Amino acid sequence: MAVTKTEPINGSTTKSSAPPLPSMPLKSDLLSILSLKSLRLKTKQQELLIRVSILCLVYVLAFITRLFSVLRYESMIHEFDPYFNYRTTLFLTQKGFYEFWNWFDSESWYPLGRIIGGTLYPGLMVTAAMMYWGLRFLRFAVHIREVCVLTAPFFASNTTLVAYFFGKEIWDTGAGLVAAVLIAICPGYISRSVAGSYDNEGVAIFALLLTFYLFVKAVNTGSLAWGLASAFGYFYMVSAWGGYVFIINLIPLYVLALLITGRYSMRLYVAYNCMYVLGMLLAMQIRFVGFQHVQSGEHMAAMGVFFLMQVFYFLDWVKHLLNDKKLFEAFLRITVTCAVGVGSIALGVGTASGYISPWSGRFYSLLDPTYAKDHIPIIASVSEHQPTAWSSFMFDFHILLFLFPAGLYFCFKRLSDATIFIVMYGLTSMYFAGVMVRLILVATPAVCLISAIAVSATIKNLTMLLRTKSKVSQTGSTKGTGGGKTSSKAMLDQSQPFQRNGAIALLFGAFYLLSRYAIHCTWVTSEAYSSPSIVLAARGAHGNRVIFDDYREAYYWLRQNTPPDAKVMSWWDYGYQITAMGNRTVIVDNNTWNNTHIATVGRAMSSYEDEAYEIMRSLDVDYVLVVFGGVTGYSSDDINKFLWMVRIGGGVFPVIKEPDYLVNGEYRVDKGAAPKMLNCLMIWNSDLVTSYPHQNHNDLRTYKSIWMYKLSYYRFGELMTEYGKPPGYDRARGVEIGNKDIKLEHLEEAFTTSNWIVRIYKVKPPNNRW
Amino acid sequence: MSPPHRVNPQPLSLSPRQPKDPTTTKMARINFSVLTILSVILLLPVLSLSFSPDSPSDRRLLVLFDDLSLKSSHSIFFNSLKSRGFDLDFKLADDPKLALQRYGQYLYDGLILFSPSIERFGGALDLAAVLDFVDSGHDLIIAADSSASDLIKSVATECGVDFDEDPSALVIDHRSYAVVGTEGDHTLIAADDFIESDVLLGENKIELKVRVLNVYGFWIKQAPVLYKGIAHSLNAANNLVLKVLSASPAAYSANPSSKLSSPPSLTGSSISLVSVVQARNNARIMITGSLDLFSNRFFRSSIQKAGSPKKYDKSGNEQFVAELSKWVFHERGHLKAVNLRHNKAGETDEPAMYRIKDDLDFSVEIYEWSGKSWEPYVANDVQVQFYMMSPYVLKTLSNDKKGLYHTSFKVPDVYGVFQFKVEYNRLGYTSLLLSKQIPVRPFKHNEYERFITAAFPYYGASFTMMAGFFIFSFVYLYHK
Repeated sequence: MAVTKTEPINGSTTKSSAPPLPSMPLKSDLLSILSLKSLRLKTKQQELLIRVSILCLVYVLAFITRLFSVLRYESMIHEFDPYFNYRTTLFLTQKGFYEFWNWFDSESWYPLGRIIGGTLYPGLMVTAAMMYWGLRFLRFAVHIREVCVLTAPFFASNTTLVAYFFGKEIWDTGAGLVAAVLIAICPGYISRSVAGSYDNEGVAIFALLLTFYLFVKAVNTGSLAWGLASAFGYFYMVSAWGGYVFIINLIPLYVLALLITGRYSMRLYVAYNCMYVLGMLLAMQIRFVGFQHVQSGEHMAAMGVFFLMQVFYFLDWVKHLLNDKKLFEAFLRITVTCAVGVGSIALGVGTASGYISPWSGRFYSLLDPTYAKDHIPIIASVSEHQPTAWSSFMFDFHILLFLFPAGLYFCFKRLSDATIFIVMYGLTSMYFAGVMVRLILVATPAVCLISAIAVSATIKNLTMLLRTKSKVSQTGSTKGTGGGKTSSKAMLDQSQPFQRNGAIALLFGAFYLLSRYAIHCTWVTSEAYSSPSIVLAARGAHGNRVIFDDYREAYYWLRQNTPPDAKVMSWWDYGYQITAMGNRTVIVDNNTWNNTHIATVGRAMSSYEDEAYEIMRSLDVDYVLVVFGGVTGYSSDDINKFLWMVRIGGGVFPVIKEPDYLVNGEYRVDKGAAPKMLNCLMIWNSDLVTSYPHQNHNDLRTYKSIWMYKLSYYRFGELMTEYGKPPGYDRARGVEIGNKDIKLEHLEEAFTTSNWIVRIYKVKPPNNRW
Repeated sequence: MSPPHRVNPQPLSLSPRQPKDPTTTKMARINFSVLTILSVILLLPVLSLSFSPDSPSDRRLLVLFDDLSLKSSHSIFFNSLKSRGFDLDFKLADDPKLALQRYGQYLYDGLILFSPSIERFGGALDLAAVLDFVDSGHDLIIAADSSASDLIKSVATECGVDFDEDPSALVIDHRSYAVVGTEGDHTLIAADDFIESDVLLGENKIELKVRVLNVYGFWIKQAPVLYKGIAHSLNAANNLVLKVLSASPAAYSANPSSKLSSPPSLTGSSISLVSVVQARNNARIMITGSLDLFSNRFFRSSIQKAGSPKKYDKSGNEQFVAELSKWVFHERGHLKAVNLRHNKAGETDEPAMYRIKDDLDFSVEIYEWSGKSWEPYVANDVQVQFYMMSPYVLKTLSNDKKGLYHTSFKVPDVYGVFQFKVEYNRLGYTSLLLSKQIPVRPFKHNEYERFITAAFPYYGASFTMMAGFFIFSFVYLYHK
């Protein structure tokens, strides 16, 4: 706080809001309000009351706006990864922490198994389990599922508080309040934190923002205590999400920027060293992270900056001892050369000897958006790893997208250690948000904070213009306050009434925009981000809501009708759900740690039935599960994912060649196509290509499939899906299927859900007489 | 089991809405259970007659003829079966009441198809019913001849054997035909290319112990077998079918009465005369192209192979057919493996999971059915695999001559879901395919060694650091 106070650039000092209050703890103020005998409050107290009540309302708002999904559907876990998190949390609450820590799961990645305790970020599960145990201790008989469902909204509420304090730290209380409101309903954040979205990010964004806030606070105060707090915040973040790598790279980058711009100070030295050393030691306690802080290339920047700080400090000390300037300069030259030399040699030797691992593919794909597409199809195949479309920025940020540059402008106008930090956070995270859709989430807090600065500063300036109208004489102060107005201000100053009207109009405009933002956010939350994706909803012919609960139907069928040790093969997307809901062993799941294993499944899916059968026998597969949207028009089905299976399978097994499934490099199929296609079961000729999020829209012009096709369309030819269309009309792709008479040799249909979305096949034992 | 329900409907209508006198309810219950027990007792002899895993030999055989004269012309074979305790049911193949199963229960344990020319079975029997019969673990003997119908041929094809397409073709051998009188019919073959397997063909009997060196230099164990019929070949795609008796290299399959215009499709030892299949469910099938193989005439006939001075008073047919039928009807070569057990060394209970580097004991018991009782099976080539995608441990089991096979080994330093696999496939014997899944976990966090010598420098470093820091703080704070 000390820094911001010492260098006020704009006229914010005239306002009564920010400076005096933060020094007092909020709680004692609250108590003093409550203990007030008279109802008449002083201005300061009134302001505090308003602020606290706003925060309370925001806290509640952030929670309830995320409950759409519970109201629309039911209290259930969403999507894919949350099911794994739920299953592990359940295990944790049932078996205790040590069993969880040492859990070897033999039900996934058959037959390899997975050491769950050592390959997950336990923060989320431990958090939920603590809340569960806490509630149980208080005699609230809740089910662990309810706790899991509501974890994300609860932490979103907490995030608003952190955003308030962060905003206050960077700018002033007003900005903090606006930031809290903006982040409470920002769709970019809501997308990952609705009730039921029980994923790491739900907790991690809170931890991320908390760490940043505490670090900025530590830098501003130079206090060891805040540094320690930020180290613990970092530890929580490391325990919760792999995105901690962003923190451990952004903070060194920030420190480096401060060093370069000559803003090195003792405060920075204390804050960074404390945070880095303790944070690193704490992070090593997470099994999944282990020694990465000293061994992996992604963490080396932090270590380099740490040593650089020591060199800086040493130089400072030497400078203090040496009064001779020339001597110092010579010394400086030698020291810097030596330090850089030693550092680069250490890095080179470490990398060459394999002690320091090179950057991982995921890290590369963040820096270079095209990397994953060429080298790691398994990363590229995930929809949330796709480069972000412009529209989704607009969708997730709405007016914040326009306020963001304005906020940056304000930040540059009043440059301090804190604003430099938020600017760097904003710019880097915006870049990453452009690289991957899912990283919009990381950018959201920064965008909200910077936009809050813009909103707060603008409104403050405008209101000040209105107020100064009464005191006409004080033109000087208006000049100071109009931070947002640039050169045209001088002219405005002359024409007072016009200025006032303009200010009113602008204020109304701002309120209009903000209300549009609120409307947009609510609409997006209710329409787009509250679908559990495991239960699908559609509009019927008469406008009524139709619910497709096929996934759960299929998983419960598996749970109740198959032997307990049955192995289910499906594309990896459904692995977590099958183990969590079906309680059956799966071959691959969403934890894509073994590319070869996934490629084997991909190969099985894209082979002819005989070859696929061999693969399935070698993996002891008993059931095969495919997702098929041809009846309901559900486009995220396995047929639309099929090319990724080919690509991922082909990445490991060169037998599978993508061109075999295409013609002339295009997904266009003619009768005289590639030899493999002539044997195939059907030829697509679709001009309506559905937008399955896992791939580019024009990827699947036309293509054919082999085994996957058989499984999806088995007996489909007998079915009339739409009135006025021939039987076997695929509604997801809008075509009539080519082969309506599919015979399965090694598999038999075991179960098909009521809307045909999930189809389960049983693998037959080998022919008795052959 | 259903009659008791119909006899006494009372217990069925028991429901809380209709309060009943407790005594009647009780009576009804007793009544019901008595009836159930009675019916079970009545059914027991019937049940015990049928094939069961505990006594795997077949009991009830259905024999199908084209005409009933075969019953007398092949009586020696049937009598030998009867004397071995089989219950034979002779029927005409077009009998309209023909059925293999009733109410989902098979009425027979084995089927002998001596009806080569039947085009369509009577009653409920058809190709699919015969195949289902085999696929549910029952045994089958098919004998065809030159009049073989498409139906019989397609049954054989389904079992992995293809009869010659040419309906008029017979197996002809100008070298190893049977000499009758001075010359001989070249379609009556004296075949002696037996498969080398005591399990299939049995140990030699006393009277045939004289081993004769045949023309090719092999020791043959028994008199040649008279064969007159059509040729078949094995389907290369089927790896379960075996040639038990193959034709000599000089044999071929053609129409003996017409001149050979084109090269015969089946020649030499690729022609199989008698083949057997052991299906994956251990149902056993015997297929031959000669119905006369089983006939009294061939059984009694003396035999002299062309070019061989040795003349046998009796052909090998009777012994060959009897021994092979013992195999087909599970009186020989039937193994069972039971009590697959494993435990940590020094413990007795079977764990749910092993840890890497655990020592474990593994045992399994293997018995052979002698036709009357289970005898210990003694062999030194039974192996166990500790398997996860590929075998990590492969050990030969040692046995105690009482059927118990045992070994112990160390779990490899690899975690995952392993399987104990015993895969025992020996010619003629039931194939044993046992697997038991067992996960292997890595060390727990507290199972590693707590203090290791290699780390003493690090322990030293941390303690000196702590001491140094303490002294430094002391000096810094109190030394001015």
